[in-house]
Amino acid sequence: MTGTELGWWGVALAVAGGAIRVSTPYLFVSLGETLTEKSGRVNLGLEGTLLMGAMSGYGASYLTGSPWLGVLAAAASGALLGLLHAAVSNLPRVNDIAVGIALFIFGTGLAFFLGKPFVQPQAPRLPTLALGGFSDVPAIRAALEVSPLFFIGIALAFVMHWALPNTRWGLIVRAVGDNAEAARTAGYPVNLTRTLATALGGVFAGVAGAFLSLSYPGTWAEGLSSGQGLMAVALVIFARWNPVHCVWVSLLFGGASALGPALQTVGVTGYYYLTGAAPYVLTLALLIASSSRRHRLAGAPGELSINR
Amino acid sequence: MTPRPPPLIEAIALSKRFGAVQALDGVSVRFEPGSFHALLGENGAGKSTLVKCLMGFHAADSGTVRIDGKVHAIADPKAAHALGLGMVYQHFTLVPSMTVAENLVLARPDLPQVIDWRAERKGIDAFLARMPFALDPEAPAVALAAGEKQKLEILKQLYLGARVLILDEPTSVLTPQEADEVLGHARKLADAGALTVVLITHKFREVRAYAREVSVLRGGRNAGGGSVAALDSEALVRMTFGERPMPAAAQRGGEGIGERCLELRGLNALNDRGAAAVRDLTLHVARGEIVGVAGVSGNGQRELVETLAGQREPESGEIAVAGLPYGRTRAEMRARGVFLLAEEPLASSCVRSMSVAENLALRDFDHAPFARAGGRVDFRAIEERARSLIEAFGIRCAGPHARIDTLSGGNVQRAVLARELSGSVQLLVAQNPCLGLDFAATREIRGRILEARNRGAAVLLVSEDLDELLELADRILVMLEGRIVFETDRAGAAAEAIGRHMTEGSRR
Repeated sequence: MTGTELGWWGVALAVAGGAIRVSTPYLFVSLGETLTEKSGRVNLGLEGTLLMGAMSGYGASYLTGSPWLGVLAAAASGALLGLLHAAVSNLPRVNDIAVGIALFIFGTGLAFFLGKPFVQPQAPRLPTLALGGFSDVPAIRAALEVSPLFFIGIALAFVMHWALPNTRWGLIVRAVGDNAEAARTAGYPVNLTRTLATALGGVFAGVAGAFLSLSYPGTWAEGLSSGQGLMAVALVIFARWNPVHCVWVSLLFGGASALGPALQTVGVTGYYYLTGAAPYVLTLALLIASSSRRHRLAGAPGELSINR
Repeated sequence: MTPRPPPLIEAIALSKRFGAVQALDGVSVRFEPGSFHALLGENGAGKSTLVKCLMGFHAADSGTVRIDGKVHAIADPKAAHALGLGMVYQHFTLVPSMTVAENLVLARPDLPQVIDWRAERKGIDAFLARMPFALDPEAPAVALAAGEKQKLEILKQLYLGARVLILDEPTSVLTPQEADEVLGHARKLADAGALTVVLITHKFREVRAYAREVSVLRGGRNAGGGSVAALDSEALVRMTFGERPMPAAAQRGGEGIGERCLELRGLNALNDRGAAAVRDLTLHVARGEIVGVAGVSGNGQRELVETLAGQREPESGEIAVAGLPYGRTRAEMRARGVFLLAEEPLASSCVRSMSVAENLALRDFDHAPFARAGGRVDFRAIEERARSLIEAFGIRCAGPHARIDTLSGGNVQRAVLARELSGSVQLLVAQNPCLGLDFAATREIRGRILEARNRGAAVLLVSEDLDELLELADRILVMLEGRIVFETDRAGAAAEAIGRHMTEGSRR
């Protein structure tokens, strides 16, 4: 085993490599949810969107032979689920959180139902960038096999970070999410803005799903997402609705998720299930640490129904 | 940008009906270019409906609007903006997390896809330099005091090129100093001929101090008006209220000041963001005494009242009522006669979906005579008591079974008052009890608070309305940044000194 040769450095390396791999879906989902929440809506259905994205991405890649067409199909399915969430939430007296929970179950069920034929066959995977070419150590080379989607996600985070204060669209999204009445008085369409922000959030989550099925772990199976769509919503709160913070938080969670497999490489197997729970324990710990019964969350968009 | 003179605006015989209510009934007004024109009237007199017809929010059922002599059908607020009309609403239309500059740019009708902040800032700085009052363009709106927010709202309209500025009760959230500053500057802009100002108000003082012309509305009709200088106060009062009798102003009486009832020592509490809101606050209120707490909104008053109400945990400090430590539980409130008139009564003191009768029984439904054996409640007795309270407090509602949220603001406040003042009141904590209520309701509610004091209750009255405190309080404390910074008794109370202490140090 190469891991044993590198000893504990191998664990750190595996955690770092895992952080990059596992963080990608977290990053996409949390960026999408950040955008949606900035517009004043919460979409809790992103877990379902993630699975639909994974299934349709895998299916499209298998049927067309092009993994990038799969990503496109995943984005489209995410947009559709986002539009559905927005359309229902636009109705008067509808609670967006309840709609999200319904779509979570709906999207999951639909993905399992439509995805049955794709459990067996092997679809073409997304290519990776071999950034470890300089090294002869296989562990380093393996850790630095990075999906281009990771870099696209980071670029998107910085684009969003720039766009929110510097573009017409960014200002409107923030206004709608912080004080809908003010946006309405200024003549901006509240529901249309939220619809687009939710649809785009769905696109991001769909792409995250395509990463799961076409890059890492790279197969289509039920239970593939293991709650990452839901945890990403918690990440958004911890990242304080800041796209660049989403990058750091996603890396942190990716690292936590990679802890268990990394320990296995040095032969520590005893606590596999315990270390496997690390990201969930981290979610809980962070949410408890960053919340308080005494004060509200700083930076939360004023129109979010969880704040009211 | 060469400033064009404001247009002449004439509304001719406007009528508007909402369901069964004739809100406007053939009202005509004429706003001369460069005038400072007050629209005076009670709540429901039709002032807001009139300007909303001008602003294109409502379509009038009949009547015409002429601007510079030409008839215009103003279909929506955009059309009104295009004609140079801008309105500042009672509630703020700012985006809290955005800066002053962002709020100004957001209001632009032609917001570009990508914002060139350097050019925008240049334009904003040049614009602010021309204005009579300045704001820091980088300050987030949420950090502005109420007066500064109001200024930003006005700046926003002027930035959009409004030449007619309609202010809808702008001073309801301002201190006297802030009101003087904001309205004084508006008057200056009008005097310079650059702006017509229409001030919607129910305060006679503001009409006297700032307006040159006044139009009075009553019950949706013209009730008089003209040059303010030519009208005396009595004429204005008669136009506003008609001939109907007003509730008499309350009389001070009672046995004088007794022993201490409420005592706070070194109280500290945090606000919702976790910052210190109430700091080392020490005060006491004796029986038969109204202690007024003055202060600009956001200086810890809300947190103080919430702490006394049991809605907020204090960080440290002692609270005692009637000489014993007070844990703010329901049982203690009941045993020691502590009652509360909180701000926004519908949200903070009522259960919206419950009936008037049920809301009136929230304090005592589980005690005799309403509680019966086996955990049952005698709803008939609750209903009977509700009927008598509705009668005694003049709550206008469809009956004891009407949902509380179908009542008007004044009647919700009366219902809460009925619940809180019908028991044996030892201590009453009230916060802005008359906010947003009209003249008659205000006078009645102040009368009832004074009556409670005359009967020997201790009253802590937290209010942003200095006139209210000067009228009611035996002693006035000024709260600034969570501390008591000034104290004066009734005899020595001067509005100027109190106002100065309310704002001192709040300028950053």
